[in-house]
Amino acid sequence: MTATDNKRRIQLSHGGGGVEMNQLIRKLFFKYFSNEILIRDEDAARLDIQGPLAFTTDSFTVSPRQFKGGDLGKIAVAGTVNDLAMAGAIPQYLSCGFIIEEGLTFAELETLVKSMAEELEKSGARIVCGDTKVVPKGAADGIFINTSGVGQCIANPSWKKLEVGDAILVSRDVGRHGACILASREGMALEGDLASDCATLWDDVKRLLDAGIEVRAMRDATRGGLAAVLNEWAASRELGIKVEQDQVPIADEVQGLCELFGFEPMELANEGTFVLGVPADQAEQALALLKQGQESAAIIGTVVEQHVGKVVLTSPWGSQRYLELPKGELLPRIC
Amino acid sequence: MSDLALKDLYQGFRDPETIKALLKQIADKAPGLKEPLKIMEVCGGHTHSIMKYGIHQALPDNIEFIHGPGCPVCVMPKERIDQAIALAQQPDVILTTLGDMIRVPGSKSSLAQARAQGADVRPLYDPMDAVKLAQENPDKTVIYFAIGFETTTPMTAVLVQMADQLGLTNLLLHVNHVLVPPAVHAVMADGQAKVNAFIGPSHVSVITGAKVYQPIVDAYQTPVVVSGFEPVDVLEAVLMLVEQKLADKAELEIQYTRAVTIDGNTGAQAMVDKYLAVRPEFRWRGLGNIPNSALGLSPDYPHLNAEIKFKDILPSEELDDHKACMCGDILKGLAKPTDCKVFGRGCTPQTPMGSCMVSSEGACHAHFKYGEVIL
Repeated sequence: MTATDNKRRIQLSHGGGGVEMNQLIRKLFFKYFSNEILIRDEDAARLDIQGPLAFTTDSFTVSPRQFKGGDLGKIAVAGTVNDLAMAGAIPQYLSCGFIIEEGLTFAELETLVKSMAEELEKSGARIVCGDTKVVPKGAADGIFINTSGVGQCIANPSWKKLEVGDAILVSRDVGRHGACILASREGMALEGDLASDCATLWDDVKRLLDAGIEVRAMRDATRGGLAAVLNEWAASRELGIKVEQDQVPIADEVQGLCELFGFEPMELANEGTFVLGVPADQAEQALALLKQGQESAAIIGTVVEQHVGKVVLTSPWGSQRYLELPKGELLPRIC
Repeated sequence: MSDLALKDLYQGFRDPETIKALLKQIADKAPGLKEPLKIMEVCGGHTHSIMKYGIHQALPDNIEFIHGPGCPVCVMPKERIDQAIALAQQPDVILTTLGDMIRVPGSKSSLAQARAQGADVRPLYDPMDAVKLAQENPDKTVIYFAIGFETTTPMTAVLVQMADQLGLTNLLLHVNHVLVPPAVHAVMADGQAKVNAFIGPSHVSVITGAKVYQPIVDAYQTPVVVSGFEPVDVLEAVLMLVEQKLADKAELEIQYTRAVTIDGNTGAQAMVDKYLAVRPEFRWRGLGNIPNSALGLSPDYPHLNAEIKFKDILPSEELDDHKACMCGDILKGLAKPTDCKVFGRGCTPQTPMGSCMVSSEGACHAHFKYGEVIL
């Protein structure tokens, strides 16, 4: 490794609290996340915020870190912004903690930070405080990012509000992120344009709330996918959820990949898709509003009295089966 | 891959109208059957499809599916898994295998548990990735724990060929390939199984050709229809079996004509014959010893054989499943998963007591996952 290469990589000294760390913070993080609260550079950010508040935190790691449709930085912002949005809160202030493995290139770190800044613009949220740690080579997988977020609640959706007869919708086709990461890992050149759904959902949520839709329950379908969200709702509310299989939007590329590996698209992760329950008489209006964001949005099912705690999938030819909560790590079928 | 429209492979074969039309034809003809049609689907892939698409729910009462021994994970005896774990625990070894093999419990633990304790265990999507791993890790020994029916044997044969031709000294194989026809013979020769028809596995048959099932048709006078995995495929195969029974026939037929021929892929067969060899005997989980029922590495490649190189550390004690577990009877078609007292209680996909609950191909796993919806 040449001296020039060394300069272009993160070293332990960048987390040491001295000159190098100071330069990293000012030349990179302050440059891209610049706002008056952050650059005040105090021990804590002073916020002007009205309650009731929502507060959330999440840590992000994905391999590969760059994928079609996004990267780790984009997910780290969108994920926390979406958690706030799902609580009916305006995404306002975020914190950001980096755990960086010694040896990560500055170029990659800058790409991720830039991507975070771009994603912040979509909701108007701001990173107002942060932390950087550098760990020795081998102690982490490149870089981990933690973001926490706080925002003012303007609605109060909760799975506890779901009622028999409510319609269940998805904001777009499911399984894209999981399928995209799988395809990236395996280096598969698939047909079409299989990109992750990674996105900030605040605009979609705001549109629904502004229009007066009574969103009973709302959750982004991240790990465990649609199957996990619906099962959690059914189990915790002691109701059943019936889903029409042919109404669940699934992109051809995602379905195709699942056919190859034996996966269930409804169990694959999403990073920009949410599930919501609304009163039946508002379902069509909610759908029309969601379609302004994603044409593939759909009404997929209904909350029912029967099948307590279960999600029942009805095939187009009338057979029924349970859609189970995903289990274990995703492993491909053997043949 | 880029030119292939993947949806073409399945879309038409899940068409609701076609499915309903096939179901009606079967329902119209089924009353003419002299005895109930008990179809063994040999392959775990079929079990999975039947449960996933609810095909069993839609058939007349006198047509029943009986799950067979066709899950390569389910039939792997504990001692072979113990051997894989022992290999994985050797210093500087990367143990690779396919899919959910890593979750199957051996006598004490699984490969996944060994991984959590520090062993380097990696599930592969493509066995050829083992070559890349060996090249990227010259200071490690990469061992491929090869499993699967005839479907996956050509890939293992190609891996042997590549390792040999590239002169790799740090890639070894532990070969555990099992064969479908001897297992079917074992089930039928036992005499207890109430099976009077078979759906033959299509993926296996793409390689072997449908011809391998003719001896079964001849020996037991049971029809065999080689079928694809989509709902339309399975229902068309059921209809073909019904029609054979109505005509008092027992013949070998191919439903999956879009990929299966009588002779199969002779190129792949030649590769398998060159690099792999039939073992005189192999112990199947739940079924016991079956002669000529598995493949090992050809004796021409001892330098690539992990079973030879690591023979001193490989455990060999034969161990059966827990007494309460009925996997053996399920694999023989004598019991259903729901007949087992521990099904869904002590034995679940998270805590499998028997192999049929571990693999997504396994009958118990398919029943647990898709279950019976009580209407």
